[in-house]
Amino acid sequence: MNQLTVTPTALLFAVALVLIALIISWRQKIGLEKDLIIGVVRAVIQLTVVGYVLTYIIKVNRAGLTLLMVAIIIFNAAWNAKGRANGIPHAFLISLLAITVATSTTIVLLVLARAIAFMPSQIVPISGMIASNAMVAIGLAYRSLNSQFRDKRQGLLERLALGATLHQTAIDVVREAIRTGMSPTVDSAKTVGLVSLPGMMSGLIFAGVDPTKAIMYQIMVTFMLMAATSIGSTIAVYLAYPQFFNPDMQLRN
Amino acid sequence: MAEPIFVLDDVGVVLGGKTLLTGISFSVDPGEYVTISGPSGSGKSTLLRVLATLLTPTSGTVTFAGRLQSTYEKTAYRRRVSYCYQQPSLFGDTVRDNLTFPFHIRHEHATDAQLTAALATMQLSAEMLDKPIIELSGGEKQRVALARNLLFTPQVLLLDEVTTGLDADTKTTVHRVIEDYHRRGTTVIAVTHDEGEIAVAHRLLTIEAGRLAVTAA
Ligand SMILES: Nc1ncnc2c1ncn2[C@@H]1O[C@H](COP(=O)(O)OP(=O)(O)OP(=O)(O)O)[C@@H](O)[C@H]1O
Ligand SMILES: [Mg+2]
Repeated sequence: MNQLTVTPTALLFAVALVLIALIISWRQKIGLEKDLIIGVVRAVIQLTVVGYVLTYIIKVNRAGLTLLMVAIIIFNAAWNAKGRANGIPHAFLISLLAITVATSTTIVLLVLARAIAFMPSQIVPISGMIASNAMVAIGLAYRSLNSQFRDKRQGLLERLALGATLHQTAIDVVREAIRTGMSPTVDSAKTVGLVSLPGMMSGLIFAGVDPTKAIMYQIMVTFMLMAATSIGSTIAVYLAYPQFFNPDMQLRN
Repeated sequence: MAEPIFVLDDVGVVLGGKTLLTGISFSVDPGEYVTISGPSGSGKSTLLRVLATLLTPTSGTVTFAGRLQSTYEKTAYRRRVSYCYQQPSLFGDTVRDNLTFPFHIRHEHATDAQLTAALATMQLSAEMLDKPIIELSGGEKQRVALARNLLFTPQVLLLDEVTTGLDADTKTTVHRVIEDYHRRGTTVIAVTHDEGEIAVAHRLLTIEAGRLAVTAA
């Protein structure tokens, strides 16, 4: 293994990098100083806590504890996705269901295929990766639903007036929202390796793993994220679009 | 006397704290041609939307063909009681997308002949069928929208100023189509300021500030 230790002194120097960002924000009147500071403080605290928690979970290596950690990750992801729903009713429960199904089916398939082992050091990071990608996909899908229901309102009203069911009324909107949710994953799959060396692969190479082995993992991750984001955005969009209508099959304001 | 197709009893609509309609009571017989007029903002479109189940009244009852409106399955009801918006918009990409939609929701297949025939009644050419909707003029859009409502003969036709902004010739065409449907039994309730249209109607309802004013014979 390579020598992989960032010393506290090295981190202190990294603070200088934050200062550069702060100075730019301040000089250019971008107004992000407060967010930057909050972001830095949160990142330090959250990552420190997670570091210790993961160390503990990996050390005790209990299935129950591993699953609890996965549940917490999913819960947080759902909470975040809800924040991007901009008032869609039941967005938290919808996101929770979508992310749970997306994460668990993908994980179960990976474990069954023996691509990963059911041990905390593999299950927890992979779940985090899946859940966060599903969260981003669902957040984008929600945004797409909101903007389409606003921009295409008159056309949707016309369809309802012609006697269409909710599904017949919204099908184009639904498809577009799912597509929007999946597009970052599909786009990044197209450029993976050419533009970016994704986190998983970079991490493995960094840790001294042979790049040809690292890419095997990355290929797996790419496939798994495609599955997870399509499952997640499809479930979320199908549960969310009816929320834009009232029980009398009219569009809500 | 046949049973009325619509009976409205003390219908009121309050939306966002604003009273849009109050104490609306009237009935419409099957096959009648009723026109509604009144100043801008008086509640004419609101009334038509109530009749179309696109807006649920806050108070009062609407009876359609002997049954409370609320007891109908919405999609079936709206296919029988067809509402044309005041400022219709077309959806999808082409005129075809709009005309096939009523077939699609009934799980039926439309032939080109059926679609071009519908265009022809509105004096629109067959080439119009695959035209992108963004290339249509206002009057063309209005007529395609109306054709969309008429592909399957509705029992009631609710028209919200569908001839406003059309030139005299096109207006005549549209009026002829509507009268045709009326003659074959469709009940027509039309919001209009058009003198000619009011003249052919059986009855004129006037709405002022959300209330029914005069009922002329
Ligand atoms: N969704 C809504 N929320 C609140 N108020 C509304 C809503 N829709 C319409 N209104 C108000 O209700 C009143 C009646 O509107 P309506 O569209 O029925 O008028 P109208 O008689 O059809 O007028 P016009 O001749 O200009 O079409 C108007 O004052 C309008 O601003
Ligand atoms: Mg109006």
